[in-house]
Amino acid sequence: MNALTNYFKSLFLLELFRGLSVTGRYLFKRKFTVMYPEEKAPVSPRFRGLHAQRRYPNGEERCIACKLCEATCPALAITIEAEPRDDGSRRTTRYDIDLFKCIFCGYCQESCPVDAIVETRLYEYHFENREDSLMTKAKLLAMGDKYESQIAADLDAQAKHR
Amino acid sequence: MVTIEINGQELKAKAGAMLIEVTDEAGINIPRFCYHKKLSISASCRQCLVEVKNAPKPLPACATPVMEGMKVFTRSPLALAAQKGTMEFLLINHPLDCPICDQGGECELQDVAVSCGSDVSRFVEGKRVVPAKNIGPLIATEMTRCIHCTRCIRFGEEIAGIREMGATGRGEHMVIGTYVEKSIDSELSGNIIDLCPVGALTSKPFRFQARAWELTQVEGVAPHDSVGSNLHLHLRGNKVMRVAPKDNESINECWISDRDRFSYQGLYSDDRLTVPKIKQNGEWQDVAWEVALDMAAAGLQEIGEGEQIASLVSPSSTLEELYLAQKVTRGLGSNNIDCRLRQGDFRLDGAEPAFSWLGLQITEIEDLNAALLVGSNTRKEQPILAHNLRKAAVSGAKVHFINPLQLELNYAASQQVTTPAGMVQSLAAVAKALGATGEGAAAKAIDKVVADDDAKAIASAMKDADNAAVMLGNIAAAHPDYSILCVLASAVANASGATLGFLAEAANSVGARLAGALPHLLPGAKAATEKGLDVMKLQKLPRKGYLLLGAEPGYDFWDAGLTQSALESADLVVALNTHTSPALEAAADILLPIAAFAETSGTYVNTAGEWQSFRGAVKPLGEARPAWKVLRVLGNLLDQKDCEYTSSEQVRDELASLCEGVVPDNSIGKAESADLQSAVDGLIRIGDVPLYALDSLVRRASALQQTKDAAPAAICINAEEAKKAGLADCDSAVVTQDGREATLPVSIDANIPDGCVRISAGLAGTETLGAQFGEVTLEKA
Repeated sequence: MNALTNYFKSLFLLELFRGLSVTGRYLFKRKFTVMYPEEKAPVSPRFRGLHAQRRYPNGEERCIACKLCEATCPALAITIEAEPRDDGSRRTTRYDIDLFKCIFCGYCQESCPVDAIVETRLYEYHFENREDSLMTKAKLLAMGDKYESQIAADLDAQAKHR
Repeated sequence: MVTIEINGQELKAKAGAMLIEVTDEAGINIPRFCYHKKLSISASCRQCLVEVKNAPKPLPACATPVMEGMKVFTRSPLALAAQKGTMEFLLINHPLDCPICDQGGECELQDVAVSCGSDVSRFVEGKRVVPAKNIGPLIATEMTRCIHCTRCIRFGEEIAGIREMGATGRGEHMVIGTYVEKSIDSELSGNIIDLCPVGALTSKPFRFQARAWELTQVEGVAPHDSVGSNLHLHLRGNKVMRVAPKDNESINECWISDRDRFSYQGLYSDDRLTVPKIKQNGEWQDVAWEVALDMAAAGLQEIGEGEQIASLVSPSSTLEELYLAQKVTRGLGSNNIDCRLRQGDFRLDGAEPAFSWLGLQITEIEDLNAALLVGSNTRKEQPILAHNLRKAAVSGAKVHFINPLQLELNYAASQQVTTPAGMVQSLAAVAKALGATGEGAAAKAIDKVVADDDAKAIASAMKDADNAAVMLGNIAAAHPDYSILCVLASAVANASGATLGFLAEAANSVGARLAGALPHLLPGAKAATEKGLDVMKLQKLPRKGYLLLGAEPGYDFWDAGLTQSALESADLVVALNTHTSPALEAAADILLPIAAFAETSGTYVNTAGEWQSFRGAVKPLGEARPAWKVLRVLGNLLDQKDCEYTSSEQVRDELASLCEGVVPDNSIGKAESADLQSAVDGLIRIGDVPLYALDSLVRRASALQQTKDAAPAAICINAEEAKKAGLADCDSAVVTQDGREATLPVSIDANIPDGCVRISAGLAGTETLGAQFGEVTLEKA
């Protein structure tokens, strides 16, 4: 009996049509493919992308070299060197994030007492040289300057959850 | 003994002891800020409140003596509430600036706030702000963070012996600081950095350099005086970031001198030697180690005759380095090795004690009832010993000094200030007052003097004391009549029943004797059958080849000018050094970079005869190598036998087996010559070595060099002598000594006796002058 059922199933290509029915259903459903790069998926304000260092509105860098981000980083991606600046304030002379090591966990942003280091929503970047993977202090500050309005808005949006 | 109960645990305690001492002993933690085991009790912070049964209120554990049957609860709800309340009060005015505070991560307030404090603050009013003060180049202040524990004030009064800090105002207006704008100048001042429980007082050279959690702690031994203070070196990566004391009750308790704390900066000075160099046609060239070592070995072999080779080694070198240096030197057929670079009188050689030492343990100094210090500025030479001596003086000991300059002391003591020749007479007078006759030179010196009232006073104080000591310091060791001072001091000690002691100058002055780094001593402090020449003769009768180990011409020698001319006339000078300097480059032909303090493993024998080994904490800078390795390879290249060491421990163990059964002994033989070399017609130079000019490392420690104790070279002279020399109103003068000249500023100093002029040695500007103690003439510039 079983052999007979299988014979008719294969004779009329029943399984093929059952599979094709799935294809057929999706053919008439609403499409969810995003045509990247022309189109982009929406990004959460809490997205953890490329890092940036922020400044105060008066232009003063926020980072005070407390090294909490360096201490908390589980991938040991952050390297900081500090010394007193000419005006006696505590500042970094070197602030490097190795993007090859970084796991984008966001702990650095969590630990920062002055909201200096943040992870922006930017995820489109590439390196052409190995050394480009090192986010130096200058690069981080430039990122911060460029995207400050977006960063501030994102931080505001997630402020109530923190 | 009483029995008390703490948290249900029964403990035995000494009657009258404070509760906190008992709990500390038993390992029960009670939070505290103002209490410190070495300071008096102030009970001002109230953080250590605990519950005592039948007491109406919580009591401070630091000021509550134990009583029989006492029941104490340190973690009861009442105690915890009291501690939490105190914490809340303390935090009212403490700023929340932990992220920029250097104490962050190692802060007692942070720790206690986490363990006993509340999670939120109820205080919304404004916080108190106190301006920071500039108190010198070593300590950074941030007085807003101060919680008024007064540890720093009590340290100044009780340990350092100078009241430099104090509290003004009351209540919220109380401010800790120096009363008038001034720097903290105590030679132990750095200890208040460790004492401060918060970030109000922190290390200035270390400011913002690293975080506590980034540092690894390694043990070390201080290389700058003969105390051998125990250290904790704090490293980040391959760099020494700061130095802190390690508790050792038998040596440095929990203190270290500023010199030991801040000298690490010298490791990273610009003139650190990092590659081997050779001089070719007057030009210095960087070369590989093999080339430099081959050249050195070939050069030394070329000289041929052993007695034409001399090794001048620094007494700050490790035991292993000194042992290998003497092995290499003796292997070349020469006994000419000496480490007494700052000694000028060798008439006692042979009769001097082979293994001279302090004469007692460091902790025994505070039990002395009387002490006579000859030629010693202890506070600036061995600050930790001076602290012990002060403890003795404060508890009633009679301390006397015989010195060529008036000292600023931090306790009551009598001082005889006289010319170097006068020092000999003063000491002879004390011997005479004690009825000592002495023999040889001592007898001649005692014969010539009459015992005056001062001498009689010292003599009776020494005789009446149960525990008395006669000690010879660094100035005495550099005295042109050191041999006579030694025999006289010995006569005084014998006649009064006092202990004779030597306050050795450098970290390994005592160890050098065990290592055999002297011309008349073999390893194990055994007398050599064939004696070599002492360091003075080695310079006065120039040799063809010199091997310098850690010694810097111009700064580290008794007669800087003589050293320079001897080295420059030599065919070959091989210098193993940590740093380079123009004087060294002028003298040397081959420069071999060696590992400095913290970079090499080794052993120091301190002045109390204790062997202390340490390991290298960081890798030597550049291509520098530990000196024991360099000397070992040099030994191999010279085809010397038994020079196959693979570790410094192996070298130490070999030497230790040679030193078995060798006990320190200060008995002195007879000196023959009683001619006073210090008796001059004109002015005599007092060439003491200032605190921060001692060795290559300290001279390059930038923060220490900005302190008051690091004054540049000057002609210090009293007003009367200045008038006689026609220098009453001029800024600078030309000093002439042994035909060599130097122009230096003039400073009128009432602490200098008549007939003397103090031109300290080891300072820039004095490298061309002659003996540390010698006749000088002054002329208007």
